[in-house]
Amino acid sequence: MISGEELKKLSKLARIEISEGELSDLGKDINSILDYVGQITQINADKEPQMNADKVLINIMREDENPHEGGEFSSDLLNEAPNKENGYVKVKKIL
Amino acid sequence: MKIDLKNLNIKTAHQHLIKGDFSSEELTKECLNVIKEKNKDINAYLEVFEKNALERANDADKKIKEGKYTELTGIPLAIKDNILIKGQKASAGSKILENYTATYDATVIKKLKDAGAVFLGRTNMDEFAMGSSTENSAFGVTRNPLDLERVPGGSSGGSTSAVAMNSCLGALGSDTGGSVRQPSSFCGLVGLKPTYGSVSRNGLIALGSSFDVIGPIGKTTSDVEIIFNTIKGGDDLDSTTIQESKKVYPVKSREAGISLGVKLFNRARIIGVPSFVNEIGGMDNFAKNNFNESIKRLEAIGYQTKEVSLPNVKYAISAYYVTLPAEASANLARFDGVRYGLHKDGENGIDDYLKTRGVGFGKEVRRRIILGTYVLSAGYYDAYYNKAQDVRDLIREDFKSAFKEVDVIITPTTTGSAFKIGEKVNDPVRMYLEDIFTVSANLAGIPAISIPSNKKEDGSFDGGLPLGLQIIAPQMEEDVLFEIAKNFLGEK
Repeated sequence: MISGEELKKLSKLARIEISEGELSDLGKDINSILDYVGQITQINADKEPQMNADKVLINIMREDENPHEGGEFSSDLLNEAPNKENGYVKVKKIL
Repeated sequence: MKIDLKNLNIKTAHQHLIKGDFSSEELTKECLNVIKEKNKDINAYLEVFEKNALERANDADKKIKEGKYTELTGIPLAIKDNILIKGQKASAGSKILENYTATYDATVIKKLKDAGAVFLGRTNMDEFAMGSSTENSAFGVTRNPLDLERVPGGSSGGSTSAVAMNSCLGALGSDTGGSVRQPSSFCGLVGLKPTYGSVSRNGLIALGSSFDVIGPIGKTTSDVEIIFNTIKGGDDLDSTTIQESKKVYPVKSREAGISLGVKLFNRARIIGVPSFVNEIGGMDNFAKNNFNESIKRLEAIGYQTKEVSLPNVKYAISAYYVTLPAEASANLARFDGVRYGLHKDGENGIDDYLKTRGVGFGKEVRRRIILGTYVLSAGYYDAYYNKAQDVRDLIREDFKSAFKEVDVIITPTTTGSAFKIGEKVNDPVRMYLEDIFTVSANLAGIPAISIPSNKKEDGSFDGGLPLGLQIIAPQMEEDVLFEIAKNFLGEK
């Protein structure tokens, strides 16, 4: 069960402002979901040793080459930024 | 020739286009007329690209005259609102992207453009594809054209309604846990969730990156096959796509297991029927009976059926609704009000994020991000997220063992037909259970198709509303799905 305090902390971590009024509904919903999906915490999922052996995970790499022309996409991308100045995305001071 | 969209599909429209019975411009205009007439009631389209569609139709007509065409040249399609078309808005059904204009074409869009397809507009969806009814869109619900009181399913409900209201000849959706198959089933259409990695995700707004795949929706299996063959293939811009040269399939087919993909002999295909279908709670009788009739129909046309056991599939919903929110919470971290999308000003930088995301994301999205944050947090990571990955492996193993004995596996697509608007929207667990038959294919990365299972010869549905039959195959065996689907539906 997630408490109201935990929920507040989680929403802060997730960078989502939740109003006090919404907290109890959200808590109810999330706890009912956890109640259902919690069945997996009870499963004994000890796997056969050979199971991971043929799990095919391969890295896909490419050469770092043929860069596009500098600035080719800048104005299109900057057009989408809510705040900008002189070709930069503008954010609030953090220090 | 008078254009009757109700009785046209991609294949037949293509024949008419190359014979010159009508032009793509005329066909596109007719689609636009239907949208004008019906969209205000159904809300399938969030935006119609009228001018752009007519320009592309004219280009297509030129290509057809020059003899340089594909089966999709001049064919009007609808595109889900989470697939980027350069210069057009793409909002993923969310306020946070309401005014976002795509800065590049998704790979699937590039391929469809090269094939000469016409894009009519962008279709409504559950916000960031989180939902099974299209009620979670920030831009209003979409209605089912077959019964306006009911949902079209979701999250690709705008795309399926667009096809079902005869306003286009096919559409693209995306399927993370069932979002192409479930609404296709509710709208009486054919919908394919391709093998994970067979279609590029480049330019698809991400939900759960280990599940997401773009899939075609159409009136017939052949139409879905035509779109799939156009959009599939390896892509340097999506490193999870399967490159022809590096084919590795964790879940192999029976034949591949025996002879490394070489068909040594012809034999009747064997269709697996999982024993759990009858044990699932919440299945209505109508759907149960229909599923049993479908088994008989497959046997009557010459297929052998065999019971298979998938012992861990009963945990699929739980494994999925732990893994998916975890992946979504990471993917949606990019919406910070800095580089694109909505921005709400706060007292400082952090406050900007809190406000932007608090206002920009709808209820279901907030719920899933917070749930994802929880299952990934220290102390719960092992109990939830890691356990879900183990269960995912077990489910993959279940399919692998089953496919040693059978060629495909069938289930109903859903536990019943389209439900009423508002019926499940306030009960997230009930809504999640909508995916009970569909999520396993996403967990295992294997292809699955939903086809109408109660369609009568006159085009109406036995019992009133459509139901779907889901056919699941081993990785990269879409051709087997198409073969069985066509035989079941009596398509030539």
